[in-house]
Amino acid sequence: MIDNRPLSPHLSIHKKVLTAVFSIFHRLTGIFLTLGSLLLVFWFLSISIGENFYNYFQIISSNFIFKVILFFWTLALFYHLFNGIRYLFWSFSLGMELKTVYLSGYIIALLTIISTIIVWYL
Amino acid sequence: MANFILPKNSKIKEGKTYSFEGNNDSTKKLIIYRWDPEENENPRLDKYEVDLKNCGPMVLDALIKIKNEIDTTLTFRRSCREGVCGSCAMNIDGVNTLACLKPIEEIKKDIKIYPLPHMRVVKDLVPDLTDAYKQLESIKPWLQNDEEKKGKNPSKNIQKPEDRAKLDGSWECVLCFCCTTSCPSYWWNGDNYLGPAVLLQASRWINDTRDTKRKERLEEINDSLKLYRCHSIMNCTRSCPKGLNPAKAIADIKKAIVTEK
Repeated sequence: MIDNRPLSPHLSIHKKVLTAVFSIFHRLTGIFLTLGSLLLVFWFLSISIGENFYNYFQIISSNFIFKVILFFWTLALFYHLFNGIRYLFWSFSLGMELKTVYLSGYIIALLTIISTIIVWYL
Repeated sequence: MANFILPKNSKIKEGKTYSFEGNNDSTKKLIIYRWDPEENENPRLDKYEVDLKNCGPMVLDALIKIKNEIDTTLTFRRSCREGVCGSCAMNIDGVNTLACLKPIEEIKKDIKIYPLPHMRVVKDLVPDLTDAYKQLESIKPWLQNDEEKKGKNPSKNIQKPEDRAKLDGSWECVLCFCCTTSCPSYWWNGDNYLGPAVLLQASRWINDTRDTKRKERLEEINDSLKLYRCHSIMNCTRSCPKGLNPAKAIADIKKAIVTEK
């Protein structure tokens, strides 16, 4: 028999359920944090190389776009941190009932926003 | 490597529309995935208008009505129509569930129905479960007990009520594979990763106190692909039509592997 069976659709048709959304954001924020940490390295480098370079970095980092990126980096940092703690609980098989999973998800989203606001405006 | 895009022969095309004739405010549109192995064509989406006044309450009732009255070629699996056989598992309104347990009422818009995601399609809403069944077989879903061979009376292999209670939440599984096919990790690594349904069954036998192979079972399953492709996405628990918790069962297996060394 010639097997011409198609593959049933998956990503495109499955509802974007919150469980999966929280999971994929953990990965995306992880990647984003890795990229952002390079900026941190450049910052330290500029300090070690000398005053001129540091001043140069100061000019770049006072740019609006840089600030926006930094804002999202802070957001990603807190999300990854809080969701990571959630995963630690799951490693002990705690809080894995569907209701708790959703509740802790909402709490993390809230904590992430509050923490980011505190860092930027206080 | 994960392939996010459907292969060429699987891209979905527009299909036929079967309108309801006559005046009625209570019609519901069902949009259903169709593929016929005998036609050399891509899958398509057919639209059916069903008169809800003369239809049972569940999505399965609507499907049966379509097959009886509108289009006899529509193909799907069904048997018990009350959620104990697991045959009518499909993706309804974006979430995998049993058609017989899903009330039409719960879906406000048109009802979109696809086969279980990321599976080879045999015909219409019938997915090929051969590989999933092979994976189930690989975890030896039967009682293994050495005591019998040693000459002990098997009828003395008694299970205490509290030991029996350890199996609650896993024996109820009807192996519909709604959970397994809702798991993105299984979509991308289904050839190696066992998936939530099979792992829930594994836990059912691991936790059976009459079974003497707990240690071997845990060792067998302790594998970066078979077990640890589970990243606690929790889609399995979200989708289980029986309200079971495969993600927690998997977490418990992982925990047992670490703590029982």
